[in-house]
Amino acid sequence: MILKGKVHCFGDDVDTDAIIPARHMTTSEPDELAEHCMEDAEPEFVRKVNRGDLIVAGKNFGCGSSREHAPIAIQAAGVSCVIAGSFARIFYRNAINIGLPILECEKAVREVQSGDELEVDPVAGSIRNLTRNQEYQAIPFPPFMQNIIEKGGLINYVKERMKQQCQE
Amino acid sequence: MGMTITEKILAHHADREQVEPGELVNCRVDIVLGNDVTTPVAIREFEKIGVERVFDAERVVIVPDHFTPNKDINSAEQARRVREFARQYGIINYFEVGRMGIEHCLLPQEGLVVPGDLIIGADSHTCTYGALGAFATGVGSTDMAAAMATGEAWFKVPETIKFVYYGEMPRWVGGKDLILHTIGDIGVDGARYMAMEFEGEAIRNLSMDNRFTMANMAIEAGGKNGIFQPDEKTLDYVKDRARRDYDFYQSDSDACYHEVREYDVSQLEPQVAFPHLPENVRPVSEAEGIYIDQVVIGSCTNGRLEDLEMAASILRNKKVHRELRVIVIPGTQEIYLEALRRGLIEVFVEAGAVVSTPTCGPCLGGHMGILARGEKALATTNRNFVGRMGHPESEVYLASPAVAAASAVLGRIAVPWEVVS
Repeated sequence: MILKGKVHCFGDDVDTDAIIPARHMTTSEPDELAEHCMEDAEPEFVRKVNRGDLIVAGKNFGCGSSREHAPIAIQAAGVSCVIAGSFARIFYRNAINIGLPILECEKAVREVQSGDELEVDPVAGSIRNLTRNQEYQAIPFPPFMQNIIEKGGLINYVKERMKQQCQE
Repeated sequence: MGMTITEKILAHHADREQVEPGELVNCRVDIVLGNDVTTPVAIREFEKIGVERVFDAERVVIVPDHFTPNKDINSAEQARRVREFARQYGIINYFEVGRMGIEHCLLPQEGLVVPGDLIIGADSHTCTYGALGAFATGVGSTDMAAAMATGEAWFKVPETIKFVYYGEMPRWVGGKDLILHTIGDIGVDGARYMAMEFEGEAIRNLSMDNRFTMANMAIEAGGKNGIFQPDEKTLDYVKDRARRDYDFYQSDSDACYHEVREYDVSQLEPQVAFPHLPENVRPVSEAEGIYIDQVVIGSCTNGRLEDLEMAASILRNKKVHRELRVIVIPGTQEIYLEALRRGLIEVFVEAGAVVSTPTCGPCLGGHMGILARGEKALATTNRNFVGRMGHPESEVYLASPAVAAASAVLGRIAVPWEVVS
């Protein structure tokens, strides 16, 4: 899987209230959540984002609430991957669980700018900046998480595991 | 090598003698929790797994507390979905409006979470139960769904930072001030992925309600869990509530810590977190004089009986400032009733505050006290992100119930000793 799209940059400590404000959490429908993605951080984001685009942000992306509505909104808005300096713990877990590709790479975050075009292999963790002709390598996932990612998320992983246990 | 209390609880639930930080372990969970916002997503994912029942109908707890009593048709539909799921799967510990409370006030009160437990909840403030000497951490809805089906969850064993508080705490300083001061010191990602273990002389003297406040805000420093080693105070709290057997774990003296940080609390002032991050903490003396439009006293951080008693001790025979609104929210129906019996509700109403049924409501900008553009609130809640309580151009200051009550009287951020001697 190779992801390709334009970059939308954000700063440090982007919290889940900025990604999807609680006032919109009276629904869990991905398309409805997508309409308000990043609303309090960048009100124009939903109009500017194209399918396949990437979010590049600073440290501690997704801090705050446990709301899975946050990665769901990002995924449903068409964002193919989030690259950050670091992720808040629950957001990290949620993104892997729902199959939203994420990568940690401080160097890329320092050098990539809004509007750059990136090509990303989320499994290998390789990032190519096509606009600036630069390459970066993200921190690889441990094999266990890689397994969840390859199965498309936690639910598929659990289904398979429960089936195996039944057969045993 | 010795283990920390966090490592011991994870090892026990993974049927292991020993675990080390960085290891990935699969653990049995004692309680799986969800609310009216996170459970609908969990139900959708749970149904995809295709199992006929939850792993244990007594160990799944569902508390509709965020948008309840329902604020609009959409939130009512979400609550109905959750209610129907609870009926269909025989979830005994589903708490309906009128019997419910804010989840993290309710579960310890009902003895559903006990020392030594491993608890996951689809709510970030699940870390509150660490006050009991349990490992408790927030997860998303998909983790909740998987755990409802399997009774298990995977964890990376976290490193632990030990926070030691020594010295005698000054009057008007409490658990909220200790944790705000700590977050101000290490930042909103200072304990990212890590366990926060709280101890020291000041902690041993700290009441359970104040410990819940501290553990509750571990997530605001990025922590995976916040935890206290159980003692006599823990025992007093749980012995008549616990619905299950419990285990008191202690960290070994040769346990390994990522870092140990020490704080002398004897000179600590009440603390205030300025907008728009919980790490923007300053002593209250630097916040005095900031005019505010609303005060909120409540939430899973500070909605317990001691919090209400503290606020009432300042508001007794006083009036809320005429240019200010004050909303008091007892954390559970039991706390509400006890506050009523002790005359605290009378104090609040006579002072000119409103008293609400238990709800998360304004803390997350849900309902019951949304801020307009440009308005400022001082709240005893846990987050002050942009737009957290309403309009993106509104502002939230975080502080203790004592500072909140004093500010309510004076209409500006104030110290308690300005109002009472």
